Amino acid sequence: MSPEVVHERATKFSIVCDILERYEHKQTMLIPILQAVQEEYHYLPQEVLEFIAASLRIPPARVYGVATFYAHFALKPKGKYLIRICDGTACHVKESIPILEKIREILRLPANQSTTDDLLFTVETVSCLGACGLAPVVVINEKVHACMTPAKVETVLYEIIACEKEAKT
Amino acid sequence: MEQGTFLYVNGKKVYFDSERNVLEILRKANIDMPTFCYHSELSVYGACRLCVVEVEGRGIVSSCSTKPEPGLRINTSTSELREIRKISLELLLASHHQECTSCIKSSSCKLQEIARKLGVTEVRFSRTEKKLPVDSSTHGLLRNPNKCILCGDCVRACSEIQGIGAIDFAYRGHDLQVMPSFGQLLGEVQCVECGQCARVCPTGALTPKVTVDQIWSVLENKEKVVLVQVAPAVRVALGEVFNLDPGTDCTEQMVSALKLLGFKKVFDTSFAADLTIIEETNEFIQRKQRNKNLPLLTSCCPGWVKFAELYFPDLLGHLSTCRSPQQMFGAIAKRVISKQLGIPRERIVMVSVMPCTAKRGEASRPEFADELGIPDVDFVITTQELALMIQQAGLDFKNLPPESFDLPFGFKTGAGVLFGASGGVSEAVIRFAAEKLTGQPLEQNDITEVRGENGIRHVTFALGEHVLRLAIVHGLRNARRLLNEVKKGKLAVDFIEVMACPGGCIGGGGQPVYNDISVRKARAKALYRADKNLQLHRSQDNPYIGMLYESVLREPGSHEAHTLLHTKYINRASLFEGEVILSGSEDTNVVEVKLCLGPQCLSKGSDELLNKIVNYIAEEGLTSRVMVVAHSNAEGCSQESIYATVDGEVVERCSFETLREALLHRLSEVKEIE
Repeated sequence: MSPEVVHERATKFSIVCDILERYEHKQTMLIPILQAVQEEYHYLPQEVLEFIAASLRIPPARVYGVATFYAHFALKPKGKYLIRICDGTACHVKESIPILEKIREILRLPANQSTTDDLLFTVETVSCLGACGLAPVVVINEKVHACMTPAKVETVLYEIIACEKEAKT
Repeated sequence: MEQGTFLYVNGKKVYFDSERNVLEILRKANIDMPTFCYHSELSVYGACRLCVVEVEGRGIVSSCSTKPEPGLRINTSTSELREIRKISLELLLASHHQECTSCIKSSSCKLQEIARKLGVTEVRFSRTEKKLPVDSSTHGLLRNPNKCILCGDCVRACSEIQGIGAIDFAYRGHDLQVMPSFGQLLGEVQCVECGQCARVCPTGALTPKVTVDQIWSVLENKEKVVLVQVAPAVRVALGEVFNLDPGTDCTEQMVSALKLLGFKKVFDTSFAADLTIIEETNEFIQRKQRNKNLPLLTSCCPGWVKFAELYFPDLLGHLSTCRSPQQMFGAIAKRVISKQLGIPRERIVMVSVMPCTAKRGEASRPEFADELGIPDVDFVITTQELALMIQQAGLDFKNLPPESFDLPFGFKTGAGVLFGASGGVSEAVIRFAAEKLTGQPLEQNDITEVRGENGIRHVTFALGEHVLRLAIVHGLRNARRLLNEVKKGKLAVDFIEVMACPGGCIGGGGQPVYNDISVRKARAKALYRADKNLQLHRSQDNPYIGMLYESVLREPGSHEAHTLLHTKYINRASLFEGEVILSGSEDTNVVEVKLCLGPQCLSKGSDELLNKIVNYIAEEGLTSRVMVVAHSNAEGCSQESIYATVDGEVVERCSFETLREALLHRLSEVKEIE
């Protein structure tokens, strides 16, 4: 490990400790603790969950049960760009599925995978974003894209990909 | 509730008083409600929806989760209810791996039984069977998730009876599964293999492992002389498989069957239990006189021993160093009996029949093997497996001619038989301790104070000027509660008997499946009756034990006794402290700095220390030579300073300076070696 990586790991880990202290190591605070930890790591690493289980004296199987129950929690790393396609009733009727298919096609995502191998994109469907008037809706990170079509989403995605390519060079 | 409260069941008055739910009242009214998820020893879960009833004015509710109220009008068998139950069961069957004829649980499967009772003759839904891998990672248990019906009984048994929670629900909805954490195998998590999950599992999803083929092949091997020892709890439960009433003592038929199966000598683990009493009482009295390592914790239950190694590493010094009776017997068999029989040790095969699913794991511990790695106890089978072998051999068990154990190692006193029930070890210890401390044997051998069903029992026993304070506990969750009190100094006791399974070994995970506590009580009663019927009741009166000391062991606690009959324990807590590697390489020559960031150490600023030491290591360019690991100490750190170790060595009065010094010191040592 390079000194930078070590430094980053140690810093992140001390944030986990801060979170645990903030919630006074209370077992009943497991969910808010997991939320706060996910905020830091963008997912819930197994070793960190096992540490939390040991610290809170909750069986690891119970912590795992909670982490797998809620769709919000991720046990695998998520991409830099989190693409959420609304598939609630309104968006579904307004044909959100072809948009989803288009995105998966552009990103070359296999059927059982939701994150690209380069950890750039994660694609998820959500049940309702509460913006039915703008259907179909796609949210990329915090930005809301209203009244999407497969063609529109293609433009947005290629812009991001181009941007990332530029940043690399 | 006042006397004379009643409700109506199918139009008839039914009186009730302390029943906790409608289901219990229905049982009292002789209505056998179908259920998978209701166990009187576990919390109410209400998942299986089979015990549904109609409450007039309220509609259809599950009876297990409905509180009794005076005047309720309950119907239990309307056509609507029957259809609901049938559909529920058909849905379960649609996703169940239905290979019933070759399932080990076939004869005691509740799913089959209830399907038959509800008249399910076809499944109207298409099969949605998944193919998940079978988990055979533990010594004692087999987990086949394809047969799981998600009733949650095992999950609650593990957390509510044993306080472990090795398995739990994971995922949701259609993907819901019962599994160990992070999809690991049962053998990789905190499972102690007590088998209570298998005891409550209504299907074949969790069962004791079946290894009878190994026994058959060794019995057919002409080179080998196969000896067998049978634990006390087996004889009072085995008959249940052959339709004898619970609590039937079938020792004589059992011995007869074992001889017919081809075992050369049939011995009694109770003999070794007598031996355990001599060694353990001796150890106890010594500790009491020196007031050291009290309370003494018993060590005959392998589930409990592993639990202590996992969760109470700081109390391992309190565990009796005595091996369990099974392992004492194994050591005697390989080193003493082989000589007496004039058969070389390599030709002797020691098989034990146990009520327990954890005993096979115990027998495989490396401490219990000789220099060549050959175990003292070669094979362990459960009561269930012995029943299977008897059935495989086609023996008419009930009508077998009576036979008795072989001498001398089949001879025992009643004290040795009591080991099978919770409280039995304590009673046996008192019977010997009384004579040892006062010089007089007890007038009355029965010590009823230690007997009973309560999960935690306290007994104070006066022997002349000596006062013995004993605690008897069964169920590991109760044990945890009691030990936490001991650790806090809130409880002064001298001796704690711990059995992992409810009721002790008679309620073991390898016993015939039982669903009602009355079965367990009947088994216990039978053991107490067996004690009464034997000619001797105190371990010290067993003449063959005396002879064994004269010829081999010299005296209790001697060097010889220690080599053969005692053991040591391993701290296994470190496996589950949530280690997070923060810096370091894969190199095996690195120095490991381990820092506790559990609640206590964190409040002393261990996170600040962590950052300091990590930065120091980076600045000094030591990243490739030092690995920094954070963890949360299993039982919490009680020292004044932060708990940190450098290559396993605890850093006294830990601060950044002392830790740095310890690290530099260790680095220079490592360099010298290189």
